Amino acid sequence: MEVPGLGQAFALQVGRDMRLAFRHLGQLANPLMFFIMVTTLFPLALNPSPQLLEAIAPGVVWVAALLASLLASESLFRQDVDDGTMEQLALSPQPLALMLLAKTAAHWLMTGLPLVLISPIVAYGLFLPQEAVPVTMGALALATPILSLIGGMMAALTVGLRRGGGLLSLLILPIAMPVLIFGARATDLAMTGMESVGAIYLLAALLLLAMSLSPFAMAAAMRISLD
Amino acid sequence: MWKFIHKFGSPPHFYRLSVVLTPWFGWAAAILITAGTLGGLYLAPPDYQQGEGFRIIYVHVPSASMSMFVYVNMALAAAVGLIWRIKLAHAVAAAAAPIGASFTFLALATGSIWAKPMWGTWWVWDARLTSELVLLFLYFGYMALRAAIDDENRADRASALLAIIGLINIPIIKYSVEWWNTLHQPATISKMGKPAMDGDMLTWLLLNIAGFMCFFIAVLLISARAEVIRRARDQKWLKQALGVT
Repeated sequence: MEVPGLGQAFALQVGRDMRLAFRHLGQLANPLMFFIMVTTLFPLALNPSPQLLEAIAPGVVWVAALLASLLASESLFRQDVDDGTMEQLALSPQPLALMLLAKTAAHWLMTGLPLVLISPIVAYGLFLPQEAVPVTMGALALATPILSLIGGMMAALTVGLRRGGGLLSLLILPIAMPVLIFGARATDLAMTGMESVGAIYLLAALLLLAMSLSPFAMAAAMRISLD
Repeated sequence: MWKFIHKFGSPPHFYRLSVVLTPWFGWAAAILITAGTLGGLYLAPPDYQQGEGFRIIYVHVPSASMSMFVYVNMALAAAVGLIWRIKLAHAVAAAAAPIGASFTFLALATGSIWAKPMWGTWWVWDARLTSELVLLFLYFGYMALRAAIDDENRADRASALLAIIGLINIPIIKYSVEWWNTLHQPATISKMGKPAMDGDMLTWLLLNIAGFMCFFIAVLLISARAEVIRRARDQKWLKQALGVT
């Protein structure tokens, strides 16, 4: 049997996960709906004055994005572990780290990217100044993959456990805190008309770090969970 | 060298060693902490700015420095256990986590008591306070993951991996919150250059730090011994060592 090369295996895995995800669009929309709902709750709970909303908008957008990606990471590996696909991946000649990175990439395309694309509308609803919107989108585009990778590591650690949900948030949130800080800072700086490129660079650096290290941690965690 | 490591990694040897070493570290801790605390409370001169209120530093700084030290130790022990598959190292890491969490909590609590008269509030969202709080969450995550996994071997390895991930993230978290906000006074003792503290005050602080260190080692030995006993409860050497047949 011919063994596909690394790039081909990666593409095949991404393609498979995307196809599966498109067949369950309802599940997929959950994190996105959650993102929109949470940002809707704030004007209802506080008062809808534009000044107040504008002041809290960066925080609300970023906390909502963090929580939405937390919610999404729960289901990242569960189905494949339950039906045995993950064991086949672990036994396959391809490195497990690469396959899990592919799964995370597909997961980000289906849950993270929609969040980035919908963020201008959410930002508009919170009266975020126009000039901060492109920066926020860019920062979210860098931050959501980091959150997916962090979520992937922790989901791989907890995938076999019954009480996964609460535990998963306890594991993800402290590690994800720098992403929240840099992201909200980027939006905040852009809002006040200052240069936000520093925060963006830091997010990009974190993304590179996460992309290079976390696949190996994910693979190690998955092998422990599959034992 | 390897023989020494293997000997050190064997539970019976550790059991005997910990029985011998615990009183030494325990008494050293008692003497050092008594001396450091009494010296700090009665002999050290009051601070020119903060008056008598600064004396809580003799508990606050040692527990804050231990909180990070214990986490690094825990993660290193966990890494040793994960890489060389030494069960004892996992037992040590598991025993260290609650102690480290206690030090972290103590640092937060004393810091909060200190903050009330000095800054006028129990809590501020300052960089160091926040990173200490995140450290507490990291400890809680480690302990929660360990508690959630029934199989001991899996719990050991999964929590070890988590501790290592946390260790890589600690500097990132620290610098991110530092950049975010800072109100805390700069570090009192830094390795480079002259400490920003008078010698009379510093001696007692160093005594207390050494005392806290000995206290940690003593408690870790007791706690790790309990863990070893729990894991080896069916084994022959333990029954012989305890004199039960």
